[in-house]
Amino acid sequence: MTTLTQTVARAGAETAPRRVRRRLSGRIASAVAIAIAVLWTTPTFGLLLSSLRPEDQIKTTGWWTFFADPQITLENYQEVLFGASSSSGQMMSFLINSIVITVPSVLFPLALATFAAYALAWVPFRGREWIYIGVFALQIVPLQMSLVPLLSFFSQGVDLFGVQLLPAWDLEGPERFVQVWFAHTCFALPLGVFLIHNFMSELPGELMEAARVDGASHGMVLRKLVLPLVGPALATFAIFQFLWVWNDLLVALIFAGGTAENAPMTVRLAQMAGTRGNEWQRLTSGAFVSIVIPLIVFLSMQRYFVRGLLAGSVKG
Amino acid sequence: MDFDFAGELPKLVQLLTGIAAFLVVVALIVLLVDSVPMRWRAWSHATVLLTPALALLAIGLVIPAVRTTVLSFLDGDGRKWVGLDNYAWMFTQPDALIVLRNTLIWVLLVPILVTSVGLVYAVLVDRTRFESIAKSLVFLPMAISFVGAGIIWRFVYAYRSEGQEQIGLLNQIVVSLGGEPRQWLQEPPLNTLFLIVVMVWIQAGFATVVLSAAIKGIPAEIIEAARLDGATPLQMFFRVTLPSIRSAVVVVMVTQSIGTLKLFDIVRTMTGGQFDTSVIANEMYNQTFRYQELGQGSALAVFLFVLVTPIVIYQVRQRREAVR
Repeated sequence: MTTLTQTVARAGAETAPRRVRRRLSGRIASAVAIAIAVLWTTPTFGLLLSSLRPEDQIKTTGWWTFFADPQITLENYQEVLFGASSSSGQMMSFLINSIVITVPSVLFPLALATFAAYALAWVPFRGREWIYIGVFALQIVPLQMSLVPLLSFFSQGVDLFGVQLLPAWDLEGPERFVQVWFAHTCFALPLGVFLIHNFMSELPGELMEAARVDGASHGMVLRKLVLPLVGPALATFAIFQFLWVWNDLLVALIFAGGTAENAPMTVRLAQMAGTRGNEWQRLTSGAFVSIVIPLIVFLSMQRYFVRGLLAGSVKG
Repeated sequence: MDFDFAGELPKLVQLLTGIAAFLVVVALIVLLVDSVPMRWRAWSHATVLLTPALALLAIGLVIPAVRTTVLSFLDGDGRKWVGLDNYAWMFTQPDALIVLRNTLIWVLLVPILVTSVGLVYAVLVDRTRFESIAKSLVFLPMAISFVGAGIIWRFVYAYRSEGQEQIGLLNQIVVSLGGEPRQWLQEPPLNTLFLIVVMVWIQAGFATVVLSAAIKGIPAEIIEAARLDGATPLQMFFRVTLPSIRSAVVVVMVTQSIGTLKLFDIVRTMTGGQFDTSVIANEMYNQTFRYQELGQGSALAVFLFVLVTPIVIYQVRQRREAVR
């Protein structure tokens, strides 16, 4: 911030001819910047506008004709959310599935990663460096590598050298959500432990020492001292995980199946794009429904998200 | 209203049951940690805190990765040992080769395009009055799912035969310039480029935010000195800005390459991998879950792992340097 004000102050002191030259090149620069901004905003704007137009208009004229002949309806949303026929979209069911999938898939890894990160940062036991490196290294494993075996774990259980570690699950109906939660939780842990550990290990050690001298247990230190301090890190990870789970297609496709019973909105949208690629009134409104919730979360939590992004990508 | 709310209740019950069950687990862990006396060895405390996460990682990632590697040497049903046949298939079949070629195009183009657009934009809006709004606009697609973005762009690329009024923006532009409308997504090899545009559209905001932060970190003295020497904006960019933010540029390129290699949703939503647009991750899904060719799907997954590993290791090194 100080460097910024300094620079601004110095820029004000530059000579007149130089300022003119800067203004000129500034104009081209502004034009390019505006062009990029428009290019990045128009597609979404077109989708939103289309979703509000009557069906026959969407299918016959471009959304830009709206400005010459403005007609607005909420019928597409009514149809795609609440319509009962199988072709209508039934988005409301899928929307509920998305919520049912996302909330636990954020909470579970958040809590477990916090425990693990605390142990790795503040419980001094031998070999913790190695465990930390191991967990961190698991980020290498692409999701695609664990899909098939994990699916068979659910249907046949886990057995190692003839010892049954986990029984088969064979979940049906609403219970099938458990599979999706489980998968998302596993896949989220490496990044979660990494992010939260980074933040936790920077807390002042004297603080923990003092608490321990006063006879506080690890549980107490974690609850009373650490948790309030690492709030921003938890928020960052929660937003990351929320966006990732809400927007995920692959994990849901495999572990939730493709029906209104368990599948989230992304799965339904992908299906509609495949089989009803020309039903633009449903595709546009359906897509917008699926976009709007992450957008709200994103806009209201953008500060945390950006901070986490920068911590994760530049500073590490 | 035809929607049956009562029919959705079991899901919400499941949601609450799941969370309640999990809270019990969390309470148990906390209780256990508290009940281990502090004079006991540290590792007994660590065990309680670490076991759940490590067990899940073992079940969800480690064991599966090993099993997938084994499966890649077995036949389609996962019964008979076939050696390297699946890998041979991957590098000899014309269809599979197209998939590899496309993946190569993606992983070459996406990081370069994303980084350039993000960099240009970050430099242009830097310290302007509308900087934060401008960055938000480009950053917004980050929140949109690849599926949602796929539909947004399918709409941009939508095609109506000649003479009809176009509803897709791109074809409308082409027609008003006197051209013929085209089926953008059905003409290889150009269609892969049109898919890449979508990825660039989603990711450019990420690059802008990261690079913009790096640009703000350049010491004011350096900028000042360059100005005093009479550097033009272009000289400033290539001689001062770019060298100063090199490590951030590398980080963006690397994260983009990793993300691009695993990309699945855009291709699936927009073309389903038809018209020669498939990529490794999409083909892996097709082979495994649609054609039940477990061996070939696993081989593709292992190959993906092999491609991603060096990039991730490189990224880790970069991070360590950046921290220093």
